[in-house]
Amino acid sequence: MTLRRTGATTRRVLRQLGHDPRTVALLLAVPAVLMGLLAWILRSRDADFSRFGPPLLGIFPLIVMFLVTSVATLRERTNGTLERLLTMPLTKAEFVMGYALAFGFTAVVQAIVVSGLSFGLYGLHVSGSAWLVVVVAVVDALLGTALGLSLSALASTEFQAVQFMPAFILPQLLLCGIIVPRSELPTALHWLSDILPMSYAVGATQQLSTSVAVTSEFLVDIGVVGMFAAAALLLGAATLRRRTR
Amino acid sequence: MEPAISVEHLQVIRGGRTVVADVSFTVPSGTLVGLLGPSGCGKTTLMRSLVGTQVVAGGLVELFGQPAGSPNLRSQVGYVTQAPSVYSDLTVSENLRYFATVLGVQRSAVDRVIDEVGLGEHTDTVVGRLSGGEQARVSLATALLGSPRLLVLDEPTVGLDPLLRRDLWALFAGLAGTGTTLMVSSHVMDEAERCQRLLLMRDGRILADDSPESLLARTGSTDFDTAFISLVADPST
Repeated sequence: MTLRRTGATTRRVLRQLGHDPRTVALLLAVPAVLMGLLAWILRSRDADFSRFGPPLLGIFPLIVMFLVTSVATLRERTNGTLERLLTMPLTKAEFVMGYALAFGFTAVVQAIVVSGLSFGLYGLHVSGSAWLVVVVAVVDALLGTALGLSLSALASTEFQAVQFMPAFILPQLLLCGIIVPRSELPTALHWLSDILPMSYAVGATQQLSTSVAVTSEFLVDIGVVGMFAAAALLLGAATLRRRTR
Repeated sequence: MEPAISVEHLQVIRGGRTVVADVSFTVPSGTLVGLLGPSGCGKTTLMRSLVGTQVVAGGLVELFGQPAGSPNLRSQVGYVTQAPSVYSDLTVSENLRYFATVLGVQRSAVDRVIDEVGLGEHTDTVVGRLSGGEQARVSLATALLGSPRLLVLDEPTVGLDPLLRRDLWALFAGLAGTGTTLMVSSHVMDEAERCQRLLLMRDGRILADDSPESLLARTGSTDFDTAFISLVADPST
């Protein structure tokens, strides 16, 4: 893997985003507006805002980046540019890392904007470090990017790709512990939630909302989310085929 | 010198249908070969087999003595698909600069290929705003970037105005003159006369492998449509 080709791919993806200012505006504004809406809804329920706010701060970017990445990769697969790149001296790892870095960078900007507004303007409070919430939001967004990259291989049309959001993300949202604490789920569902990455993403922010110090549970949770992201990226690279039928 | 392309008993099956059936031919370096045949006869599949993006059922495909799809060949073979495979949301020069970096060629190559395909006025235009023919030329320019030894071009002249078609064929002939091997497909039989060598294809088989002059002479035809028809009627001609 060379830095030159990975970096070129990252710059190319960011340049494509740059030609589409409306998408950039949506990427930054949508999570920020949603958090503002949540703050408004819960304006007289501080405890609830502290409970729902931090996890959603990570989940909104996860969903947005999942959608953007799956559509971007699918476009690359259907318009022939991926096939062309793979007949050139570009490795699969360079392609996947190029995308991960480009959307990772986008995710950092997005997480900083939405966290800054949440803590600065919407009055969100956590017991732990607000910066660590930003870190979780970035890792969550990277997970969304990684899942989008790998799952887009299963879709052959945009219609299918867009449906993967309700198919793969919404069940995790139901099971991740926001609606009902995971310990109170029926046994089978608890087991299921144990193998879903969003459970750990939400677990990490819940640790930050309640504990002042960095707990070992927090480190385990964020580590698991990172590993899920890495595994999804590897899977994404493995689904790229130089030869097709 | 080893041939640029060597295909032996190539067979490709897609979706249970034999798309390429027992095709064999060799092409010496520096030849401009036309791959002609009706839509759906297997031209694209044959070309994909050459560049190594097609899973083949049997046979041998070698380029410059190496199996098709070898990592070594990736910088030596340029492939242009029928649909322009470039980024429609980037400008012409942004597209070419990216592919130039992936190929590891000098930035000066970008200006050279823009000039070769005659897109000098559009360097800073977003590809999606160009006409179909212009987009096809951006795709062609991308393939020319690495000065590949073999160019595989799938219908590069479709929908272009006659002047531009003449210029592109002149470019192809010029490249062949400097030692580049080109395989250019077309479903327009008239383009046959621009080639040094013809492969006529029908239903996944090679119907004729000949020079344009000899093909017309032995079928007693004055145009390539008629030659094709008489070959279908009597393959032993």
